Amino acid sequence: MSLFSKENGEVFMGPLNLNNPVTVQVLGICSALAVTSQLKPAIVMGLSVTAITAFSNVIISLIRKTIPNRIRIIVQLVVVAALVTIVSNILKAYVYDVSVQLSVYVGLIITNCILMGRLEAFAMQNGPWESFLDGIGNGLGYAAILVIVGFVRELLGFGTILGFQVIPECAYVENGGLYINNGMMTMPAMALIIVACVIWVHRAYNKNIE
Amino acid sequence: MEKLNTNSNAYTIIYASVMVIIVAFLLAFVSSALKPTQDANVELDKKSQILAALNIRGVEDVAAKYDEVVKSDAIFGADASQGPKAETGGFAVANKDITADNRPLYIAEVDGEQKKVVPVKGAGLWGGLWGYIAVDADGETIYGTYFSHESETAGLGARIAEQWFQDSFRGKKLYAADGNDIVLCAVKPGKEGTLSPDNYVDGITGATLTTDGVNNMIKECMTLYKDILTNK
Repeated sequence: MSLFSKENGEVFMGPLNLNNPVTVQVLGICSALAVTSQLKPAIVMGLSVTAITAFSNVIISLIRKTIPNRIRIIVQLVVVAALVTIVSNILKAYVYDVSVQLSVYVGLIITNCILMGRLEAFAMQNGPWESFLDGIGNGLGYAAILVIVGFVRELLGFGTILGFQVIPECAYVENGGLYINNGMMTMPAMALIIVACVIWVHRAYNKNIE
Repeated sequence: MEKLNTNSNAYTIIYASVMVIIVAFLLAFVSSALKPTQDANVELDKKSQILAALNIRGVEDVAAKYDEVVKSDAIFGADASQGPKAETGGFAVANKDITADNRPLYIAEVDGEQKKVVPVKGAGLWGGLWGYIAVDADGETIYGTYFSHESETAGLGARIAEQWFQDSFRGKKLYAADGNDIVLCAVKPGKEGTLSPDNYVDGITGATLTTDGVNNMIKECMTLYKDILTNK
């Protein structure tokens, strides 16, 4: 079987669309609420989860035949926890301001259901390459939703994108315009509503999703 | 070769032990390799907060600017009249270690004028608050402030970390014209009572408890530093 066969393509593309972990499997919602009030932490969180799912999938897949069945969940957890600790250390060393913003949520990647779900459902039965693709696909599927939510929330809540003012200053009420930032968007509850809207649009286009 | 029984007790125990040892070494290695960079970041962050209290924000090279502006980080003991008990080392004192006998004070010079920067700490609605307050040489006029928080509500209490709130303290006085108590606070418009406009700033709507936390923090910490700042 070649590295980029049709089956592998599906393993990779599935989670980006028809089997998206957030909108279809509704996993990882908690962190999607917490870190998406601005775009930058959402992107960093998405990339961190992608890296961690991909590498934990590969590691578990490599050692899957040696793992004692009775402690397999513990082994998975240890691998994930170790990777999360490493990523969290790297963030603190190289993107300190983002790691302050993400605060506890980097540590909470350990409990992100997407990770354990993919390890148990996919990496335990498949080879390292397929598992790597599956991890990247699921991570990016999650990241894509985070970025959409982060984009909408930052634009409407702060009038900025990645910290740059995009809504012109003169449009604001205090400068004689008609616009005012929507403070509701900075609240976690709005993330749920935006995720729901994304799910709505997604299902309207893909009628066969149950 | 006989197939290894991966379900036996002995195998499980050995597997778990080996795994834990490998992971422990790996994490210890990563953590000690990155520790210096992380510590440097924490230090840099603290420096940029102190600079923010001096109304110096968004500079590229924080460390250089800090070295240029902040002249000393002395530590004062319980009796300030004897002068500082240590000329340097205040920067290394963590907020939680600040006591009446261990008071770090940053002395800065901006545009030829001396400013004293006082570290403050307190409690908000959900978690800790901290910040820095820069005071003019007269010991009562606020030159600038910086506040931050652990976990105040986004859009409400968290707004104490925004610049407009911090800037609203500029030029305000710690003491009432005829009093020796710290009265400076943030209040709801209309609730200022007999306070002079020099002694209060507008509070944040919907964040009364966080604002109260800021007020207590200012009162407690500035009272602690009162004898160093003035002779009152």
